[in-house]
Amino acid sequence: MSERQVELEVLRYNPETDSEPRFQRYSVSCREEWVVLDALNHVKETVDPTLSYRWSCHMAVCGSCGMMINGEPKLACKSFLRDHPGVIRVEPLAHFPIERDLVTVIDDFMAKLARVKPYLIPKQAKSVEEGEYLQTPAELKRYKQYTLCINCMLCYAACPEYGLIPKFIGPAAISMAHRYNQDSRDGGRAARQEEIAAGEGVWDCSFTGACSEVCPEHVDPASALQQVKIKSTVDWYKEHLMPWLKK
Amino acid sequence: MSRKPYLREVPKFRWFFRHPRYLRYMAREVTCIFIGAYTVLVLVGIMRVAEGPAAYAAFLQALQTPASIAFHVLVLGFSAYHSITWFNLTPRALPIQIGERFVPDGVIAGAHYAAWLVLTLAVLILAGAF
Repeated sequence: MSERQVELEVLRYNPETDSEPRFQRYSVSCREEWVVLDALNHVKETVDPTLSYRWSCHMAVCGSCGMMINGEPKLACKSFLRDHPGVIRVEPLAHFPIERDLVTVIDDFMAKLARVKPYLIPKQAKSVEEGEYLQTPAELKRYKQYTLCINCMLCYAACPEYGLIPKFIGPAAISMAHRYNQDSRDGGRAARQEEIAAGEGVWDCSFTGACSEVCPEHVDPASALQQVKIKSTVDWYKEHLMPWLKK
Repeated sequence: MSRKPYLREVPKFRWFFRHPRYLRYMAREVTCIFIGAYTVLVLVGIMRVAEGPAAYAAFLQALQTPASIAFHVLVLGFSAYHSITWFNLTPRALPIQIGERFVPDGVIAGAHYAAWLVLTLAVLILAGAF
């Protein structure tokens, strides 16, 4: 197995001693088949134990190790060193405040996710004795791609609207709302619309599409947001031009 | 241990140079300025029609100047880019599901191109181009 001397330029920030972040260069011997996360672990184990970053599964499932790698939002566990010749610049996810080194403050996203009620709100609550909420394969297909979101927040780091308008609920949370709105078993759409059909919801999106380009799970959040825009517009016309439809 | 999160500001105007995808997005957005400008030109034309045959003839004369022709070519290019980029995005905004399958993207975008062609032909026929 071939080894290569990898130059990592990592953004460091210690809230206790630093007034602003600064880059630190590490030169470590890495195996060619490693990913950036392996290189960071190697640095932490052999060179600098103070380096802080989040990670857990190392298999693109947990969504913890999102960071900017050469300026692009990526999962460190899915970014192979062989795809990054030269110096690899590693920074915390863009648009989020830096807690320490590569660790970001994600409270804003967590609060927004909670606001959109990302769980099934049954149309009619059933007791366990009454059995499951059944669904056909076609009904499942309607929303399935949006269930693949791992909340890694790469889409927020890619979204220029979120960078410029921090109040924007953003791609992942609105996609999650859309996922439940599209679910045949769900009856919570009206409550979610309060959040996502507002100015801070889909109308802050201008369809840059960057969210979908960087998604490591190949979810298409931009499509969810555009579909919510169309459905919300139809709602508005029904309410204002055809009020008799409202019961 | 005290917390002191550091927020890196996003530059208001330079952010779209960060990646080609943002420049492509800005290019798509900028096209609307040319479409807006052409809408103004059409409105001026309607005003000239209302003012009478002499004013309309002068307007038509002005349209034949080299500057006007250059403007039309420019607007045609930008409006084609505008329409093509938006039509190519329509399958994502308007997915159609039949049973367990989604209608292929090409069919949805293709339907928009077909409608564009039909409407363009209709306008050309009404304008007496054929």
